[in-house]
Amino acid sequence: MGILGFYLRKLYTVFKGEVLVLPSRVIVLLFFLVLIFLPVVTQDPYLLRILILTSIFAILAASWDLLSGFTGQMNFGHALFFGVGAYTAALLNLHAHIPPWGSVPLGGLAAVLAGLIIGIPCLRLKGTYLALTTLAFPIILMGIVFAIPDVTGGELGVSGLARLSGSRLTDYYITVALMLGLSTIMWKITTSHTGIIFHAIREDEVAVRTAGINTTRYKLLAFSLSGFFAGISGGLYAHFMRIAGPANLEVSMSFTVVIWAIFGGVATIYGPIGAVFILFPLLEFLHFWPEYRMLMFALIILLTLLYMPNGLLPWVRNKIEKECPRCKIRNVATRSACRVCTAALD
Amino acid sequence: MILDIILSGLINGSVYALLAIGFSLIFGVARIVNIAHTAFYMLAAYCIYYGTHKLGLNPALSMLAAIIPVILIGLISYKLFIDPIREHEAAVLIATIALAMAMQEIMLLIFTGDFLGVPHLVKGYRMVFGVKIAYQQLLTFAAALLVLALVWALLFKTRVGLAIRSTAQDREVANLMGMNDSRVAMITMGVSVGLAAFTGAVIAPLAIVNPFMWMHPLIMMMAVVVLGGMGSIKGSFVGAYILGFAEALVVFLIPMGAFLKGSVALSIMIVVLLIRPEGLFGVAFEEER
Repeated sequence: MGILGFYLRKLYTVFKGEVLVLPSRVIVLLFFLVLIFLPVVTQDPYLLRILILTSIFAILAASWDLLSGFTGQMNFGHALFFGVGAYTAALLNLHAHIPPWGSVPLGGLAAVLAGLIIGIPCLRLKGTYLALTTLAFPIILMGIVFAIPDVTGGELGVSGLARLSGSRLTDYYITVALMLGLSTIMWKITTSHTGIIFHAIREDEVAVRTAGINTTRYKLLAFSLSGFFAGISGGLYAHFMRIAGPANLEVSMSFTVVIWAIFGGVATIYGPIGAVFILFPLLEFLHFWPEYRMLMFALIILLTLLYMPNGLLPWVRNKIEKECPRCKIRNVATRSACRVCTAALD
Repeated sequence: MILDIILSGLINGSVYALLAIGFSLIFGVARIVNIAHTAFYMLAAYCIYYGTHKLGLNPALSMLAAIIPVILIGLISYKLFIDPIREHEAAVLIATIALAMAMQEIMLLIFTGDFLGVPHLVKGYRMVFGVKIAYQQLLTFAAALLVLALVWALLFKTRVGLAIRSTAQDREVANLMGMNDSRVAMITMGVSVGLAAFTGAVIAPLAIVNPFMWMHPLIMMMAVVVLGGMGSIKGSFVGAYILGFAEALVVFLIPMGAFLKGSVALSIMIVVLLIRPEGLFGVAFEEER
């Protein structure tokens, strides 16, 4: 009993000292808790549906950030990974009768393959060239999809898939748990050794290569990782909507991902997720004025960018927290001295 | 058949060349990847529709009149939304995407999503070897060539052109040599949007005017720019005709070709890039400092 009490007290101290001191960490904690305990309060199927789709797209936006935000390899064709994941999961489910728990990860693996196939030629390109070239791949795939309607269903897509699970509530918990889990994994990747190399590749690729690091291998790794997560989100989407169609490959799909990620703030992982959780329900909310919906959406983005060109979430974070000039540890904005080294904060 | 391919290849090629040159001009000078570029092209087509159908203007007159409001809209939106955030490349990128979406939605609101048509400037056609060639097609092609020549003259024969080219080459040094960076960017934006508007104006009688007409040219234009080499006028010109003809060949020769036209053109671009990563006539840009 004594030892248990000791650990509990220690846990509480760590919790108080590490989580409660920073508003951003409290917000993340609240975000997790709200998502997990929401069904206790309400089980409105429409609300759950929106949150399921939001979670699926949050994975997609975060995976774009992992590739393009961190390594700076602008990918304008992220719909490719999403579409490959969706179509693979759909075809495997329909023809090979693999249940969702098998077809979704296999869709992710197919997207990894797609990532390698487009990654290898694209690694010779840089910056805008890369961005414009990657834009081409989902369109090429869409042409193929239309050209072989026997396999892919052409314009109508592949429909009649197995449900993700029996009920809306289980669907909700599967997608939300996956979203939280995968986002944590992505965030862990970006703070790891590999993540630092990704950062460095964006800042100065030549310098990284000079340091004896095979940047090509790391860029391919970024392509595959990002493809895997995007493919999983594509598979989830296909199974939740029970259809994989050419709409998943459209240019507007790729653009939407870019909008979410940059709006939320690149190279943060939490930024794109937050942006999807703000923008996607907002778009649903604007449903009350169907004809003005996309216009309002575009205007909100334009106006937000004028004031927060680095993205919404980093801007908010810098408002509520400041960095200690001496030890670089973050503090609540209301403090006048650093919580660790007691240096005066400006 | 062969004549069909040649005609449609020439027209597509000229349209892509005009769009791609405008796009690569503003990219070269201001480093803006202007996704909204073809949205201006759509805007011009709608202006003509409005001029001929709602105001009852003469088609030729409304074509010329369409270009000016579009340039003004382009410059105003540049000043309002792009210029303040020019330092943040990523933000500029989605600002232009959002701009294009906003224009598409506004057109949807005003004109609804209906497919509209604009009357031909010159009526009549001539049969050549059993292929119907409308005079409008020839006119479009001739006008496109004329404007391409004018752009070339502007860039290589005038002082403004010199300023644009030197800013594209090295912004800092051009600034040191007394060229007002932001003014050159503004002029280039005007020229670039003007080119897009002109393209929209000449193609409107041959195309179906609808709010989503900017998507396909956008993709092809980007492919042309990458294929020809970013910032190279000659590259854009050659690349545009290569892709224009590729598209025409696929449409006429392969069954189900209409679905594959984008795929084949883009595959050509990727194959060329694999062999020459800087594009056909690419001028390797200096790394940004």
